[in-house]
Amino acid sequence: MTKAETLPIRSGDDVVRVRQRVRTLCIEIGLGLVDQTKFVTAASELARNTLDYGGGGDVRAEVVQTGTRKGLRLTFEDEGPGIADIEQALTDHFTSGGGLGLGLGGAKRLSNEFHIESTPGVGTRVTVVRWK
Amino acid sequence: MSMDGAGVLKRTLTEDEAAILDAWNASLQGGTSLQSGRIRMAELQTQAKAVFSQLRNAIVSGGLDADGEHFVPLRESLADISRSRAIQGFTPTDTANFVFSLKEPIFEALRRMSAADDSGFAASVLAAGKILDRLGLQTMEVFLASREEVIGRQGQEIAELSTPVVRLWDGILALPLIGTLDSARTGVVMENLLQAIVDEEAEIAIIDITGVPTVDTLVAQHLLKTVAAARLMGADCIVSGIRPQIAQTMVHLGVELNVVSKATLADAFAVALRRTGRKIVRQQTASTEERR
Amino acid sequence: MDRIPILKLGGALIVTIQVDMQDRLAIALEEDLSAMIARTGARGVLIEISALEIVDSFIGRMLVSIAAVSRVLDAETVVAGMRPAVAITLVELGLELTGIRTALNVERGMAIIQSRIAEEGEGHGGDWDRDES
Repeated sequence: MTKAETLPIRSGDDVVRVRQRVRTLCIEIGLGLVDQTKFVTAASELARNTLDYGGGGDVRAEVVQTGTRKGLRLTFEDEGPGIADIEQALTDHFTSGGGLGLGLGGAKRLSNEFHIESTPGVGTRVTVVRWK
Repeated sequence: MSMDGAGVLKRTLTEDEAAILDAWNASLQGGTSLQSGRIRMAELQTQAKAVFSQLRNAIVSGGLDADGEHFVPLRESLADISRSRAIQGFTPTDTANFVFSLKEPIFEALRRMSAADDSGFAASVLAAGKILDRLGLQTMEVFLASREEVIGRQGQEIAELSTPVVRLWDGILALPLIGTLDSARTGVVMENLLQAIVDEEAEIAIIDITGVPTVDTLVAQHLLKTVAAARLMGADCIVSGIRPQIAQTMVHLGVELNVVSKATLADAFAVALRRTGRKIVRQQTASTEERR
Repeated sequence: MDRIPILKLGGALIVTIQVDMQDRLAIALEEDLSAMIARTGARGVLIEISALEIVDSFIGRMLVSIAAVSRVLDAETVVAGMRPAVAITLVELGLELTGIRTALNVERGMAIIQSRIAEEGEGHGGDWDRDES
């Protein structure tokens, strides 16, 4: 019983919409308030990265289940410049834009699973999962 | 005339319903579910009747595959039954036997129906056995899942029960922690504390860990995070009752820099009162009079 | 584009953030606040965020930056009413909101600003650090 949907990330308004949709899905799978807040914040960081550094892209949201455990998986994809040194990008306070540099590392800490692949010149894909 | 297994099964379930139900009820009557006193015979009979008619409908409408769509209503009722069994505290055996005890009555009825047709009998027993085994296993799966759910909920309830947030004074809260802190429990405790800070509009919260035997690094970090979160909300935390060993753990983590800590809850309370602009004064006249 | 309204009350500016802010709206707020502090000579900025369901690093950065600009313009920033779940998340995110004072609600926040104004009026100006005694 997996269901998936894809949302575009092309503007600041889209980032707001992604936050709201992720909040609804978090409630649907029964996450507590604190966990909802953590994951929506992670989604906000990643959506902004996709927009600001990736030049726009989209996010796929899927409700996943293993055994009795339900979770929400988000996959952010862009076709931007990519990240050359992922290790460095995950370090707090590293930033190539104007943020605090907490985006990727913060999103990782706020999720249960975090996976990133990036090829310079091709794009970036970040996957995060939060389990109930 | 020889029939295939499915045909024999369909005819048996339709034509021999009364006898099968009687035998099943008799078997349930002697079973341990009833002896446990957790359920009454009338309820068992109602469930048996409902399950049987759904089983018959499923098979007559053309299904021999217990995972197929014809069996959806039956699987749902069985799931409901096992869930309630799990909550009522039945043993796994009792729960599984509800379905498995239907085997013998059906097999007997199939024998009566097929009479001399040995191959029809064998095929129908095989088909019926397969369906009932699958249903029995599904029953167990739901039973176990429900039990896990119950256990999980209990764990959470215990975590909440064992950590009351108490109001010491107007705007001053205390959280007396007792027992071993694991990360899950610490998380619940901390959320409760922060919510209580909002509800009580508390300026100061005292986290007393006198009753905590050990604090590992994760828990210490959780404590620190709580103090930091409370600060973001506009409240201050004081940690009191830190044992020497725990103090060492915290120092190794660099905790002592960020947390105001006091030896005892009383000391922490005194600090809290002073910070909120209050003072405790001994009533001089009363004490001198007592001395006379 | 929409803008978040800023109220002036005594020597303080008050902002209540009640919407899920788009980044541009946050940037506009930062600009409006700086201009308004300079124009009114306000001594305190109170930002009430009890309606905010999340504060991510962008909004966090905006708050820190408003506080820094205000300080240069001699006004103190108080953030009031942060929800527990938001506070826990910010800590997890690693955001410290340095240079910002916090208060449980608007009333307490105003008290902080008012006492600063009163104290300076009496000629006890200077550092306004939290009393850790």
